[in-house]
Amino acid sequence: MSLSWLGVIPFLGYVALFLLLPTAIIAWSAFVGPDGATTSNFGKLTRTDIVGAFRNSVVVSAVTAVIGAMLGALLAYAVATGNPDGVFRRLVSSACGVLAQFGGVTLTFAFLATIGPASFTYNFLQQHGVDIYAGGYWIYALRGLGLVYLYFQIPLMVLVFLPALDGIRPQWREATESLGGSTWHYWRYVAGPLLAPAFLGATLLLFANAFSAYATAAALINQGGIIVPLQIANALTSEVGLHDIGFAAAQALGMIVIVTVVTALYSVLQRRTSRWLQ
Amino acid sequence: MICARRRRLLVFRVVVFVLMGAFFLFPIWSMFEFSTRGTGTSRTLAAWLTIAQYPDLVAGIIASLELAAITSVAMLVLLLPTMIWVRLRLPGLSRVIEFISLLPLTIPAIVLVVGLVPVYKWLNDNLSDSILTLAFAYLVLVLPYAFRALAAGLAAIDIKTLSEVARSLGAGWPTVMWRIIVPNMPGAILNACLLSVALVLGEFTIANNLLYNNLQVEIAMLGRANAGVSIAVAVAALLFAFVLLVVLSFVGGPRSRRVQVADVWERGGTLK
Repeated sequence: MSLSWLGVIPFLGYVALFLLLPTAIIAWSAFVGPDGATTSNFGKLTRTDIVGAFRNSVVVSAVTAVIGAMLGALLAYAVATGNPDGVFRRLVSSACGVLAQFGGVTLTFAFLATIGPASFTYNFLQQHGVDIYAGGYWIYALRGLGLVYLYFQIPLMVLVFLPALDGIRPQWREATESLGGSTWHYWRYVAGPLLAPAFLGATLLLFANAFSAYATAAALINQGGIIVPLQIANALTSEVGLHDIGFAAAQALGMIVIVTVVTALYSVLQRRTSRWLQ
Repeated sequence: MICARRRRLLVFRVVVFVLMGAFFLFPIWSMFEFSTRGTGTSRTLAAWLTIAQYPDLVAGIIASLELAAITSVAMLVLLLPTMIWVRLRLPGLSRVIEFISLLPLTIPAIVLVVGLVPVYKWLNDNLSDSILTLAFAYLVLVLPYAFRALAAGLAAIDIKTLSEVARSLGAGWPTVMWRIIVPNMPGAILNACLLSVALVLGEFTIANNLLYNNLQVEIAMLGRANAGVSIAVAVAALLFAFVLLVVLSFVGGPRSRRVQVADVWERGGTLK
């Protein structure tokens, strides 16, 4: 029987080498510098630009998560109230699947093609007297990033929240009405509280998604590090003397902490959701 | 009262769909518009047709396609036998394998790459510095999605009975896996492969920070030089992914269809 363990050696060995080892390396590099154990990497985390990067990351992730969640929930509700096996629903689901994946470089270029300085829309508006970049090229900064993030946050919300909406039973609506309740009563006292854990969980997921995003920002913003992933990349690959693996590792640990907390909260909310909506 | 409510709902749905449709289709239309601009007000397919004249871009496309194939095959070779083995012989380990397979979902790619830099330095010095070594990292990235796809397929067939029957007729383990179980889950295997291909083709973070030039990295670099061509490639990549996902939604049976799309993109984080 103990020979059976040989069967899982390849998998465990591979995962140990390419998943657990890098994680251990991150922890090691964060705490161990060229002269031995050190906390100087974490000291650098208090630099103003790094604190700013963390704050920006959290803010843009939170804002796009909340807005994406609200708009996505509306779209999901519009889809859920239709024919469950219909062509339309499958089309929207597939489109959301593509768009949720449609991140990174492709998305950034799509947005630059849509409302960037060389786009049809910008030229059209300019010809009619409206210069949307009169106050600066905001599309290459945090606000532009947030707008681009919405583009994959909303479809992601649809995909994550739709199963919860599918769990709504028509009997709840009928029960509410038979007791004399209106639409407002239904949402305020029945469906709302039941969907709240799923909604909050999905919002957390959106937050973690935006927080971890790197490719979109890297393709949009050429220099600088306004969010944490960009700062990490600078510390990893910079050729102008910013190269510092220990510092990158410290920031990476900071990100892991935040994402783990969010994921743990999400798991808790998932369990509450499945109580009623499965 | 019921009719009024249904009408309100219909109006709500129409408004939402029109607005959202515009929000999402407008950038795609803009991409087509941008990549077909000629001189003055003419339209041209020049940007699309000259893709082949950018050797770096073509090299990136080929490298990404090769990586997609290698990662898919490696994923099947590593994951499928392990999952079958655990189900049949070590059921106590199934939770451990599941936890490990889903672990990459909680580690952002930009974080993972920090730990991969020294590993790849060693790999480049001792094994090879080809871009194809990225497959090692990509296999980790596709693990959660492939695991879920294959697990759904394995759950749908009674592999315990099948394997016992085959073994009692004298089949060895390779025969059981290759000739009994695999032919019984073609949908799940195709699912897992399509998901792996889609992920590898869209991957940017790890390739960029390990200084390799895959498809997305080349698109990004080209974007700074010739926006039209890079947007044409981006649109092509997008359409390719869309076709893949539509195929995915028709393969694997009605129930797993819905499970797959929602499951998979629940944590689409690695592609951002």
